[in-house]
Amino acid sequence: MELNKLTAHQLLDQLASKKTTPEAIEESLHAQIKKTEQKVRAYVRSDEIKKITKYNPAGQLQGLPITIKDNICTQGAKTECCSKILTDFCPPYDATVISKLKAAGAEIFSLKANMDEFAFGSSTENSYYGPSANPWNLECVPGGSSGGSAAAVASDEAIWALGSDTGGSIRQPAAFCGVVGLKPTYGRVSRFGLIAFASSLDQIGPITKDVEDAAILSKIISGYDPCDSTSVNVAVADYTKSLTKDIKGLKIGIPKEYFVQGLDPEVKTIIEEAIQKLQSLGATSKSVSLPHTEYAVPVYYIIATAEASSNLARFDGVQYGYRAKSENLMQMYKLTRAQGFGDEAKRRILLGTFALSHGYYDAYYLRALKVRTLIKQDFEQVFKDFDCIVSPVSPTPAFKMGERTADPLKMYLSDIYTISVNLAGIPAISIPCGFTKKGLPVGLQIMAKHFDEEMIFRVAHTFEQNTEWHKVKPKL
Amino acid sequence: MSIDKDTIKHVSHLARIELQPEELEKLSGQLHDILGFIDKISVLNIENVAPASHILPISNVLREDKPQSSLSTEKVLANAPSKKGSYFSVPKIIE
Repeated sequence: MELNKLTAHQLLDQLASKKTTPEAIEESLHAQIKKTEQKVRAYVRSDEIKKITKYNPAGQLQGLPITIKDNICTQGAKTECCSKILTDFCPPYDATVISKLKAAGAEIFSLKANMDEFAFGSSTENSYYGPSANPWNLECVPGGSSGGSAAAVASDEAIWALGSDTGGSIRQPAAFCGVVGLKPTYGRVSRFGLIAFASSLDQIGPITKDVEDAAILSKIISGYDPCDSTSVNVAVADYTKSLTKDIKGLKIGIPKEYFVQGLDPEVKTIIEEAIQKLQSLGATSKSVSLPHTEYAVPVYYIIATAEASSNLARFDGVQYGYRAKSENLMQMYKLTRAQGFGDEAKRRILLGTFALSHGYYDAYYLRALKVRTLIKQDFEQVFKDFDCIVSPVSPTPAFKMGERTADPLKMYLSDIYTISVNLAGIPAISIPCGFTKKGLPVGLQIMAKHFDEEMIFRVAHTFEQNTEWHKVKPKL
Repeated sequence: MSIDKDTIKHVSHLARIELQPEELEKLSGQLHDILGFIDKISVLNIENVAPASHILPISNVLREDKPQSSLSTEKVLANAPSKKGSYFSVPKIIE
């Protein structure tokens, strides 16, 4: 098998025993990109591809390349959030996760992964650079907003990648592309250097070919950071020790509100079979209630857009990025932002500004914050008696490109199973658990209580190692 | 809750985004639909619920008031669309 088709842990073993080199691995990635990138379009600014020659030789990652989403600051390398308004922005510093990866010996891959502009989207169709394709069916979306990262890993154009997740943007593309994607507990991974969308929801996380890779990567990027006042000073466990392949006696909750009309019948069957598999491995499952589930999407689209409107106020043409021609300052602001932002960005900024504006703040933003407390309490209640919660990731498999772009609300509703997780701040993973008759991947979501990533890795790894889904690759 | 075109115009001014007439038209419909959907949460009884201003129980995260090194002026200006000396250059502010 070519080097780029292996997992990170397999390659780390080969590097350690000198069977291969980082240069050879990078070469195989470049060769794959030459073969399939024109169809997949996982990366942006592809003409800037180059060989990386620097890495920390003492680090455990031994020069292994990693692909980074375009909203994570990499010093000296363009970071544009796939938006026109950040054209040519070259960060003067590395995000903390990048510093940690470099210290651990990673090679930051020369190309950045495609994404929905500013992470606004669930399909990668909102990218200024155009959409990426799903390697399993090139007419379908790879999901979003970390669609490029997921498509790169699924097509072996990346060994592993980082994405970001605010309402499902790691988990949903991971599910659509048949790979593993984890959103850590809020505060687990530093957000310093992640260009902010919604500060109380954003988290950076791994997108990988298997659970072991996700565990390795999570351990490296997690941890308290004085540069991020929302990061938490809780010790990071060695997640690779959770890969015990034993879930006997674990109690799994199945939220009844997630199995309602709107869930594709094929997806439902596949998820139910996955739950049966978990039971056959020794866990017990029971129906539970998350009573405020139906309010999660509306609450999210008030809080996330309100926070986004505030975070994106800095894009004004003054210090970086695109600046429109104008005659006075007000015009400069208004035209720069009118010309620099795409439609979805404008929609969300306007919605958020409205929700925070005088006369509407109480009815919208403040009320949404209170409902958020209720949603969080729903999960805390269930976790008193259950070790984890299992559910679908998305009501449908990957949809066709263009299918939902005309109706923003339809696009928002596809986030229904992932969004509550961000609102509650709990960790969750998506792992492959089957395919539809048309050959599209389906993801299983496993959620745990705050800072219990160990439970997630334990359950996910056990399921994975007792099935073959993670070994199937798309035909490109 | 409805959102009329005048409100959208006002909000777009607050957000410093210039909207074209066709955009205003399209957005008006879309925002109206989205807000209609969002209105779901108005039925809930939230009288004694505290707002989740922060999802984790941490507060007043401060550091010691000790000066630390930051970015050099050169680095800060490196991405500037327009600069003059050690300043960002912008259109005239004071009339």
